[in-house]
Amino acid sequence: MILRRVLVANRGEIAVRIVRTCQRLGIETVLAVSAVDADSVPARQADRTIAIGGAGYLDVEAVVGAAVAAGADAVHPGYGFLSENPRLARACEAAALVFIGPGAEVLEAAGDKVAARNHAVAAGLPVLPGGLVQGADAARLAERIGYPVLVKAAGGGGGRGLRVVLEPGELTGAVAVGSAEARAAFSDPRVYLERYVSPARHIEVQLLGDGQNVIHLGDRDCSVQRRYQKLIEEAPAPRLGETLRVGMRAAAVALGLHLKYQGLGTVEFLVDAERSAFWFLEVNARIQVEHPVTEAVTGLDLVAEQIAIAEGRGLRLSQADVQFSGHAIECRINAEDPAAGFRPSPGTVTSAVFPAGPGLRVDTHIQAGSAVPPQYDSLLAKLVASGASRAEALARLRGALARCEIGGVATTVAMHAALAADGEFAAGGVDAGYLGRWLERDSWSVRDKNG
Amino acid sequence: MDLTDADVTDILALLDSLPYDEFDLETSSFRLILRRTPGGWTQSAELRSAPAPLPPASPPAAGSGGAAEAVGAGEAQAGEAEAPPDGVDAASAPSIGADGTSTPTGGTGAGADGASGVGGTSGAGTGIGRGDMGIGRDDTGELVAVRAPLPGTFYRAPRPGAAPFVEVGSRVSAETVIGIVETMKLMNSVPAGAAGTVAEFCVGNAEFAAQGATLLRIRADR
Repeated sequence: MILRRVLVANRGEIAVRIVRTCQRLGIETVLAVSAVDADSVPARQADRTIAIGGAGYLDVEAVVGAAVAAGADAVHPGYGFLSENPRLARACEAAALVFIGPGAEVLEAAGDKVAARNHAVAAGLPVLPGGLVQGADAARLAERIGYPVLVKAAGGGGGRGLRVVLEPGELTGAVAVGSAEARAAFSDPRVYLERYVSPARHIEVQLLGDGQNVIHLGDRDCSVQRRYQKLIEEAPAPRLGETLRVGMRAAAVALGLHLKYQGLGTVEFLVDAERSAFWFLEVNARIQVEHPVTEAVTGLDLVAEQIAIAEGRGLRLSQADVQFSGHAIECRINAEDPAAGFRPSPGTVTSAVFPAGPGLRVDTHIQAGSAVPPQYDSLLAKLVASGASRAEALARLRGALARCEIGGVATTVAMHAALAADGEFAAGGVDAGYLGRWLERDSWSVRDKNG
Repeated sequence: MDLTDADVTDILALLDSLPYDEFDLETSSFRLILRRTPGGWTQSAELRSAPAPLPPASPPAAGSGGAAEAVGAGEAQAGEAEAPPDGVDAASAPSIGADGTSTPTGGTGAGADGASGVGGTSGAGTGIGRGDMGIGRDDTGELVAVRAPLPGTFYRAPRPGAAPFVEVGSRVSAETVIGIVETMKLMNSVPAGAAGTVAEFCVGNAEFAAQGATLLRIRADR
């Protein structure tokens, strides 16, 4: 079925991103808006808007009700909010709406981290020693795994609900608190343990499937993280042996085939590049924040591919059609103050000047006068620099960050500029602990630049 | 309409051959300014077209007005976050100021109490006047406001269903956590900031609090 009108059930930069591709494809867009977002940039850009009440972007009934009232024939959930919620996929189906994403069964398999882990094992992927905590066996399980262990929420994901346990004495408390938090955050108290690997890199593979065939669109390195939240991503992963890269891509495709994956998805891996080993982490069954770096090196429009799959047209690309060229780096510019412990900085944007030029892309939903409401996450813009080589992309990134001026709210721009100038980052292949160490070491320079 | 990055790059390619340092394109629906700087070009864009709202799925009560105004009542107060009250020092958390009188902590410069308009006391029955009515002191001690360090949603308990951090009558020290303010998906615990007894709540659980809004009042120890 050809989609004619899509309800975009999201906000911020990803709403702008989705609306832009829909308009290019001649698909009408209706943007669901909460009260604070009624006059946002994506609301101005969409063909129409529709107010959603209830719990807003998190309310399945409100989203489906808005889609029906708007006469939409499909719902694009973006990322976050309800994007991986099987209830929304089912409710769309019941209302004869196309859900632009995988089916409810795949969302359930990916959303339950223990189920996803079992699928990964079944598909032949390496996983870290671990298992579900049942009753009082946590101590024995942890002994078997070997310390340190990571306590993870079965219903979690996206880096939330993680706890490192260094020694047996901390285990019982960590499991209890982790379980209570998991119940509150995900309505699911189950936690599981996995061996904690450090130092390790965080590398993921982009998948695209139509339920029968699955291809990969290359890898991304997302190791620059603070408290499990990604701040810089790049494609391809730098300084990764070819055997490891080929192995990870093949493993991701094997899992996609096993799941009969339909749509766009990502398989995340933990990587020990020194020992040339990788382990499955989780599946993200949606478009991701960092998708532009993949678009930059493949020349593809991933939202357009999502829509093609949702229209039932099947994969338009074979693996051989996907050509990789060059390198791309993305910085997430957040409304946070790195000099004050990354304190959130909601408010009103007074000026928004971004760099422009060859090899630069800025995905944003802010302009002078935009509100940055405290109810939602702090992502303001994604600055993507690409070039024929990593060195060229990095040089462009440095120049671009110096021309980035956002007024009215505190941002992470100065921190990104300092990071882009850091020798260790420039060398490539940093591990997930890098940013924490860098912040400790270099906090003064960031503070100075922020005044 | 708006211009894509490719469009902007095409315009820049043209401009590179011309002696101009600034390009300012203004239409009824958008404005694009490109500037040449020593390091390269910059862009600032402004989308001016007004949103085109459809009628909502289930119009809220009293909804005979225009669709643009017909938004969920529960979210209406959120707009306040766009304009934090003046004079609240965002860098000091929490901002503690006396209501009407000076305090031992020297907290001055806080905005007028109640500027946020976040209403409703949940600590009923205490018989204590609101600070903004000019009553800041009685026989048993000074009332000190504990204010929201950031705009956000105020939670009285660490998680749904759990016991509240403090109740009216609870003894607190300056370090006692009295609640959480969730801002931009981050949980910020709010310390009492003064030793004493919780006198009243001014913002209910899960209600929105503007920056500097009084969350609760503490009868400070003398």
